[in-house]
Amino acid sequence: MSLPAQSDTAGGSPAPALILDGLRRDFGDRPGLPPVDATVAAGETLAVLGPNGSGKSTLLRILAGLLRPSHGAARVLDAEIPKETWKIRGRVGYLGHEPLLYRDLSARENLAFAARLHGLDDAEAKIERLLGDAALEAVAERRVIELSAGLTQRVAACRAVLHDPDLLVLDEPEANLDDESRERLEKIFSRSGRTRVIASHDRDRLRSISDQTLELG
Amino acid sequence: MSGLLAILGKDLRIELRAWRSLAPMALFSATVFVIFRFALDRERLEGGIAAGVLVTTLLFASLLAINRIFISEREEGGFDLIRLSPCDPSMMFLAKTAALTIYLILLELIAVPLFALFFLDSAEALPALAPVLVLAALGLAAVGALISTIATMSSARDLLAPLLLLPLSIPLVIAAAGAASPVLEAGGPGFERYGTWLAVLGLYDVIFCAIGFAVFDYLLDE
Repeated sequence: MSLPAQSDTAGGSPAPALILDGLRRDFGDRPGLPPVDATVAAGETLAVLGPNGSGKSTLLRILAGLLRPSHGAARVLDAEIPKETWKIRGRVGYLGHEPLLYRDLSARENLAFAARLHGLDDAEAKIERLLGDAALEAVAERRVIELSAGLTQRVAACRAVLHDPDLLVLDEPEANLDDESRERLEKIFSRSGRTRVIASHDRDRLRSISDQTLELG
Repeated sequence: MSGLLAILGKDLRIELRAWRSLAPMALFSATVFVIFRFALDRERLEGGIAAGVLVTTLLFASLLAINRIFISEREEGGFDLIRLSPCDPSMMFLAKTAALTIYLILLELIAVPLFALFFLDSAEALPALAPVLVLAALGLAAVGALISTIATMSSARDLLAPLLLLPLSIPLVIAAAGAASPVLEAGGPGFERYGTWLAVLGLYDVIFCAIGFAVFDYLLDE
């Protein structure tokens, strides 16, 4: 199945950043994600809700280009997934259950490494600004293995937005965080114009910051 | 190229902090030389036996680093990081091959003098061994990075890496021992078919670097 490209979309409303059409993922005989349909305009926030095991993380990994769907079609940032996954590399910020940080490197070294992978100009200034926004200056030189779960999550959030992605995919981003950290991360994640897909168990909070919701399970 | 240097720099930095590969490899090599010394009950080795002891010891020691080379990428999310970035994933293969080559050359700088101390009359043969050992290190690193990628994706990685690597390394062992054997002959280094064996080693290196570079992206795709 093929979905229309963004440029084919008529009308004055913003072109969709995400179009999901019967997107499904199975793990062997076990269904990992039930068929999902959704359209999300650029700049909107989609909340993904559902109980444990309903397929939230699977959906988010597919949208980030980290997992292939078994059936259905998806267009992410005008790229057909999985055929054109290479087109969205570097345009998606992903924060999953794992922080994607090297435990033996410091917070600053991890961010510098991510910046080099993304080929960022002016990386030092960007890292400094993010460390300030996340109130991590005092622990920036500590190895990740020495940080608490909450601080590690803050570093991981900085890593996810460091390259200023067009699409932010966040899987329970506020797990392990206190109220102050939540506010700080919400500020980091909420740059205007950026499309976001957020999965969480915190329905009330998620509904308050999202434009539409997708209920799984 | 920036991605290659970033990954290589990261790996070397972590190794310098934790010494998880080089220290065990050096210790293993020293222990194996002691075992050979008693098992063969000889104070001096020469020719094919000397070459065989040196090359097989380095091969088995290399397994320790090869088994570990992708562990941080698997357990700490490095595979996801590179697939989220615009960096060509094959750069990770080249970076891992370069890192393993550096570890193996550093190992050789420690293990070969020890080998000479245990088994050789003089250090006369060591300069001629250098090209053999550098080419063998690059070949082992390339085939090791390729096999380690496959093994890392499996739940039986500790078993799979040696089972796949050892048969594939037989041509490398034959060529390296073939080149080192005349160099380690009693009465001073000889160079019979030395150049031919070096060429075989070089060809082996090129083949496995090319295969690894070509297939790495597909191996990462679940």
